[in-house]
Amino acid sequence: MVTDRLTVPAERRALRRRRSRRHYLTVSMFLSPWVLGFLMFVIYPMLASLYFSFTHYDMLSQPQWVGLSNYRFMFFNDPLFWTSLRNTAWIIAIGVPVQIVFAILVAMVLTLPKRGRGFYRTVYFVPAMVPTVAATLAFVFLLGKGGPLDTVLGFVHVSSPLWFQDPAWSKPGLVLLSLWGVGETMIIFLAALLDVPAQLYEAADIEGASAWQKFRHITLPMISPVIFFAAVIGVIYGFQYFTEAYVAAGAAGGTRDIASNLGYPLNSTLFYGIYLYQQGFAYFHLGYASAMAWILFLIIMACTLVLIRSSKHWVFYQGGFK
Amino acid sequence: MAAHAGAKALTAGAGSRPREPRRKAGEARRKNVLLAIAKHSVALFFVVVFVSPFVFVLLTAVMTQQQALSSRLWPHPFQWSNFAEVFTKVPFWLYTYNTVFYAVLATVGVVLSSVPVAYALARMRWRGRQATFLVLLATLMLPAQVTIVPLYVVFSRLHWVGSFKPLIIPAFFGDVFSIFLLRQFFMTIPEELVDAARVDGASEVQIMWHVIVKLAKPAIMAVALFQFLYCWNDFFGPLVWSASNTHMYTLSVGLTQFTATHGGTVWNLQMAASLLFMLPVIVLFLFAQKAFIEGVTLTGVKG
Repeated sequence: MVTDRLTVPAERRALRRRRSRRHYLTVSMFLSPWVLGFLMFVIYPMLASLYFSFTHYDMLSQPQWVGLSNYRFMFFNDPLFWTSLRNTAWIIAIGVPVQIVFAILVAMVLTLPKRGRGFYRTVYFVPAMVPTVAATLAFVFLLGKGGPLDTVLGFVHVSSPLWFQDPAWSKPGLVLLSLWGVGETMIIFLAALLDVPAQLYEAADIEGASAWQKFRHITLPMISPVIFFAAVIGVIYGFQYFTEAYVAAGAAGGTRDIASNLGYPLNSTLFYGIYLYQQGFAYFHLGYASAMAWILFLIIMACTLVLIRSSKHWVFYQGGFK
Repeated sequence: MAAHAGAKALTAGAGSRPREPRRKAGEARRKNVLLAIAKHSVALFFVVVFVSPFVFVLLTAVMTQQQALSSRLWPHPFQWSNFAEVFTKVPFWLYTYNTVFYAVLATVGVVLSSVPVAYALARMRWRGRQATFLVLLATLMLPAQVTIVPLYVVFSRLHWVGSFKPLIIPAFFGDVFSIFLLRQFFMTIPEELVDAARVDGASEVQIMWHVIVKLAKPAIMAVALFQFLYCWNDFFGPLVWSASNTHMYTLSVGLTQFTATHGGTVWNLQMAASLLFMLPVIVLFLFAQKAFIEGVTLTGVKG
């Protein structure tokens, strides 16, 4: 033993070094697809778009350095930028909470019946499978003038709003569409609800707690990590909201040239992602679009950080929850 | 129904037991049945909510063009030929072929490239692993809009714009969401299995292939399904990269074009086309439901 340690260490250390070098080679080999992709499709474009954001660039001529002028124009001279930001804030501030509440409600309905839960779960989930474009086109028709909803409401003498034709109702229409496809969020909440230990409710029953008290003091804290997760995802996706708005505006506007319909009606569906697309790929203001993209990135990071910070006060982590 | 069940409970227990508890048992049973009916009614209400859009889409899809514009709800006559007309009005087969082409190749790329990355993040020990994972997660926050403009510049220099290359080639460099999902699943595979294989002298590639991939088949299936669906539904990617090259339109983009080229919307055909577009994924879901739901749960609960 002792002689071993005295005589062999150099050799052994070399062996270990060789092994660890081989180990790191293997690790880098395994990681290489993502690392290369990260450098080519994330880091390089990020830096390039940061540079573009300080230029005027239309791809026909070289980028022209203009300093902060894109940013100045955005904040002080471009009312549509603020319109798009307001619309986006609306769809996040209203749409995300409504969707979370609805998902919890539907998940709780799913916990009710003892038999047939699998059937109900499948039915509630299927709309989430419908491709966004198809679902949006369907809703523009279903909620449209003379469409099925209008007709059915007519039976009970309620007049339906014009939804995607009316600037005041187009965003609520998009929220309805998101509620139909609530499936994925609902499934996550269902799993969380079924995970709440039954003893907690039994103990509360013995104490004589009401249904609301049980929901408020047991269910809500126990599913709060999932609420947090859904809120973070909802905010991140909300800022990039695109397909539904693009397709709905095109279908409701109904003219040949979809790009001219963006934001229809009256810019009420001009969300940040839509406006950025219009600037970048309809007008080829690539410098301005890049500046908008960076502001978007900063806003998303700030909102996510605020959510994470706030989570300490309202998210309850059970032991072992990572 | 409740009364009938209660009466049955009464007659079944007649004779042997004292009267009082028997009546109580009957009442409790009746209460349970009523409660079950109430619960199922609520659940059925939501069935109507979620299913009715499908019903109206189907009914409209088989109406005549005039009738689709009227406020009649029931088709008269049933014009099933609409489904055939979809294929002649627009190159529906071409769109379908393009969609499948994109979805299959991108899915193969994502699975092949994401499994080893997830393995290195979940089951190998190396310095900086935690930090790397955090960087990876942070990129989930990065909006596609930040990278799309420079990528557009680069890809148009490479003459890739208007082809499928920008949609498919990046897929072979790993997808963050898939890596994340696979890593979460790989973490649940017992360490002892991996260690045992290492003691037996298996290389990391062998361990990944013979131990992890074998045990993680459901998770890999889920990732493949998610990716396939993502591509099938993807609108932004094909919209930007097709750059108005109608030969590479996928169904997502082709469906909106369908609206536009006819000036106004031909709703009966539009609904028929939408149905044809959603049908394959719904069938896929019904067959692979378990993998889906487990996958969705994994993203949310273990996150």
